[in-house]
Amino acid sequence: MAKTDAIHCYIPNSVPDVKRQMMKEIGITSIEELYVDVPRKFRLRTKLNLPAPASELEVKKHVEELLAKNKISRDMSVFLGAGCWPHYVPAVVDAVVQRAEFLTSYTPYQPEISQGILQSLFEYQSMICELTAMEVANSSMYDWASALGEAARMAARLTQRTEILIPRIVHSERLATLRTYADPAGLTIAPVGYDSDTGHLDIEDFKRKISRRTAAVYIENPSYLGFVETKAKEVAEETHDHKAMFIAGVDPISLGILKPPGEYGADIVVGEGQPLGSHMNYGGPLLGIFACRDDRQLIRQMPGRMIGMTTTLENNKTGFCMALQAREQHIRREKATSNICTNEALCALSSAVYLALLGPRGLKELGEIIVLKTSYTMKLLEKIESVRVPLFKSPHFKEFTVNFDAAEMTMQEIHEKMLRHGVQGGKHLNSEFPELGKTALYCVTETHSRAEIDSLAQTLNNVLQERS
Amino acid sequence: MFKQACWNEPVIFQLGRKGRKGHMVPKADEEIRQTIDSALTAFPKEMLRRALPELPELSEVEVVRHYLRLSQMNYGVDLGFYPLGSCTMKYNPKLNDFLASNPSLTGLHPYQDESTVQGILEILSTLAKLLAEITGTFEVCLQPAAGAQGEFLGALIMRAHHKLNGNIQEKTELVVPDSAHGTNPASGTMAGFKIVVIPSSQEGCVDLEALKSAVSGHTAGLMLTNPNTLGVFEKDIEEIADVIHEAGGLLYYDGANLNAILGKVRPGDMGFDIVHINIHKTFGTPHGGGGPGAGPIGVSKELEQYLPVPRIAFDGKRYYFDHNKPRSIGKIRSFYGNVAVLLRAYAYILSLGAEGLEEVAEVSVLNANYLLKKLSSIRGLELPFARGRPRKHECVFSLKKLYRETGVRALDVAKRMLDYGIHAPTTYFPQIVEEALMIEPTEAFEKEELDRFVDIVRKISEEAYSKPETVLKAPRNAALGRLDEVKASHPKTMALSWRMHQEKPVCEYKQ
Repeated sequence: MAKTDAIHCYIPNSVPDVKRQMMKEIGITSIEELYVDVPRKFRLRTKLNLPAPASELEVKKHVEELLAKNKISRDMSVFLGAGCWPHYVPAVVDAVVQRAEFLTSYTPYQPEISQGILQSLFEYQSMICELTAMEVANSSMYDWASALGEAARMAARLTQRTEILIPRIVHSERLATLRTYADPAGLTIAPVGYDSDTGHLDIEDFKRKISRRTAAVYIENPSYLGFVETKAKEVAEETHDHKAMFIAGVDPISLGILKPPGEYGADIVVGEGQPLGSHMNYGGPLLGIFACRDDRQLIRQMPGRMIGMTTTLENNKTGFCMALQAREQHIRREKATSNICTNEALCALSSAVYLALLGPRGLKELGEIIVLKTSYTMKLLEKIESVRVPLFKSPHFKEFTVNFDAAEMTMQEIHEKMLRHGVQGGKHLNSEFPELGKTALYCVTETHSRAEIDSLAQTLNNVLQERS
Repeated sequence: MFKQACWNEPVIFQLGRKGRKGHMVPKADEEIRQTIDSALTAFPKEMLRRALPELPELSEVEVVRHYLRLSQMNYGVDLGFYPLGSCTMKYNPKLNDFLASNPSLTGLHPYQDESTVQGILEILSTLAKLLAEITGTFEVCLQPAAGAQGEFLGALIMRAHHKLNGNIQEKTELVVPDSAHGTNPASGTMAGFKIVVIPSSQEGCVDLEALKSAVSGHTAGLMLTNPNTLGVFEKDIEEIADVIHEAGGLLYYDGANLNAILGKVRPGDMGFDIVHINIHKTFGTPHGGGGPGAGPIGVSKELEQYLPVPRIAFDGKRYYFDHNKPRSIGKIRSFYGNVAVLLRAYAYILSLGAEGLEEVAEVSVLNANYLLKKLSSIRGLELPFARGRPRKHECVFSLKKLYRETGVRALDVAKRMLDYGIHAPTTYFPQIVEEALMIEPTEAFEKEELDRFVDIVRKISEEAYSKPETVLKAPRNAALGRLDEVKASHPKTMALSWRMHQEKPVCEYKQ
């Protein structure tokens, strides 16, 4: 297979003359000699079947043309949440994370030359601690779902028990991920029912199910369906009475107004950091939050990378480095607390910048605005005939259920008609919660204008009347 | 001489003033406020936050300045040589970052109607096919967030495979060479396997005899990096694959070192059943200070049925999600993968094409062997294992001799390199090499920079023999001198958050 002497702009030594000089130094006449130990029978005899190399302009045009086929909130109103939410990302966040010094660095194995990312990640960990009222946070997991999986395994290691209690109302993808992480460790997942009036955890069912087998009890606040779980403290106490770990899942953007899990007894906190300054990006990268109490036993079982404050050896200046690496895979190998290595550091940096920008007051204001808009939207939709909003009698944050049982159309019909009017409605819940009938999960944030919300109500009303 | 910025930048909690704001949150419309007098009154008091979180309060400009100063105390590939072995720190094309900031990507919600996301689905579907072609696998799943998550998924697929064959009770062991990345044994354990470690041969490769004696009816599979972590190609790969397959096991390819063989030989053709790809290494996406990366896996036709859902499919007219895969292992994360990273890889492959990717492999190997040759003559450096055999993308030197003769360790040499404005190679890995320096130049650095690196190593060797203090006290030109890593991890002195530090200050804060 003959290769041409093309010169590639990402590959400085692709200049034939340079190559020849280097080969001469090595004592070879062809680069092929460096591949002599690759068995001939496996060697590729033809070129890979890939598109021909393209210029920057061609690639740019091609990718932009493909992306232009997508529709975003600029082209229609989108009321989707369910684990990935539309929040405004301040320009400063993008400006900081695009700094090549951060962007093109890697795991800070050499702390002296990596203080920038180390201090930023320490600040991220610290701000997550303030938000959640915990003392320790790691510097990121992949996402909420995998963080929950790791939390369940951590609780099982700490308690030497095998059952995890979780609310029946939980995101199906999060549940599926939890199962994937829990199964090989021999853990079982037991769902706890809910009060059909309020959506809250059914305390009777919970008390029936908690036992000496229970490694951890997990709740979420706000719940997957947007309502606030009020029984957190009661659940925490019962959990601790049974010497099990209490794990709380949070949407951190609610923590400017909602009680932090550290104040209702959480031992471990997980959550999704994407709302704090990361774009949706079609669902990835996300940012798994993972925090715990300042307890030596817990800290030793934490998964993931942690950055600690320390001093220089020589003149006692403050600095930062990776801490407790002996838990991690590159040291402990098969005995490590997790296999995670590459994580979501840059998203953690986004969150640090985001939280620094908003500050305590900004985050509170934002939380209030989201609650206002959520309430306003629910109130408008309530007025529509054949729509029930929300299904649960509880205060809601950012998300709420909309039920169409009284409508004559199917969910799919309603959805398609709405889409034709430029509205992407909420996520359909029928496969996750068949018992809730024709229900969708809607999401409203600070990014939705009143005009957009009004037009959602108008469109929904029109669509539902079309047939009657 | 190089001198990194040192801003003595306080922790952000020490900056700002009460009442300052860095971002103006949009106000709710007056109409909304009038309709809803106070929505918060509906919330039960016991679930409301009593005191504001103790976040810093800064103006916008202070936030910008703080993080820009911190950025200047950080070293990235765009600044210079970064030969961090096994991490493939190559150039990250700017075009790809630009494309990933397109609002038609950043603003996409994962649950939008399929008709509104045809563009991104086409990109993802095509990328999966390109990666399958590059790795010689039947089908690629883009979902894993990183290489280690790909490994975990791969090990779960082994489980699922043996379960379906009705022998999961026997297939309990995963074989891993002692030179493997730590993620391999860790991922295998997470998937419920017992790890059986096999020693490397004199050549630094899989010892066929050791492998045969470790393999039994209990063997679920073998995880292998090829070229391995010494940069040496496992030339007995055919025999290795036979041993594993004859025992009813599966062969897993750790893609950390795929860069060296792009367009030359494909893991699938060598007999690997499951292959992970480190997108952030091989396909030039930025490492982001530790992530996000992406770790797609490719599998053989037989194993395709176990891949996570949903799968992107095409019916000849439009792309759609297929959730109907009853034998799927389920989900390993939410949604479909680190899409913003994957899009960059798509652009990278299109830019280079088959020829360019092969050139990547060739030049990365040329660069590594050039360094190998030039560094070999430097006093105190020894090349353990497989002498006389070419390396692929990286080479691993031992500084055992230097240490014995001068008291200067690999760690010290690494620190001294920082003084010259380059990032240090990986140290103390693979663990089978004493005082290891693992050097991966990638294809992205020019000969002049490689020569400069050789000069620097020679100078440091000379310093070690003539005035070792210079090396032992390094670095002096990085933002900070050596840090007390023991203090950072000791239960009595550790401070993992500002909160912890304030509760029991471990050090007088000093800049």
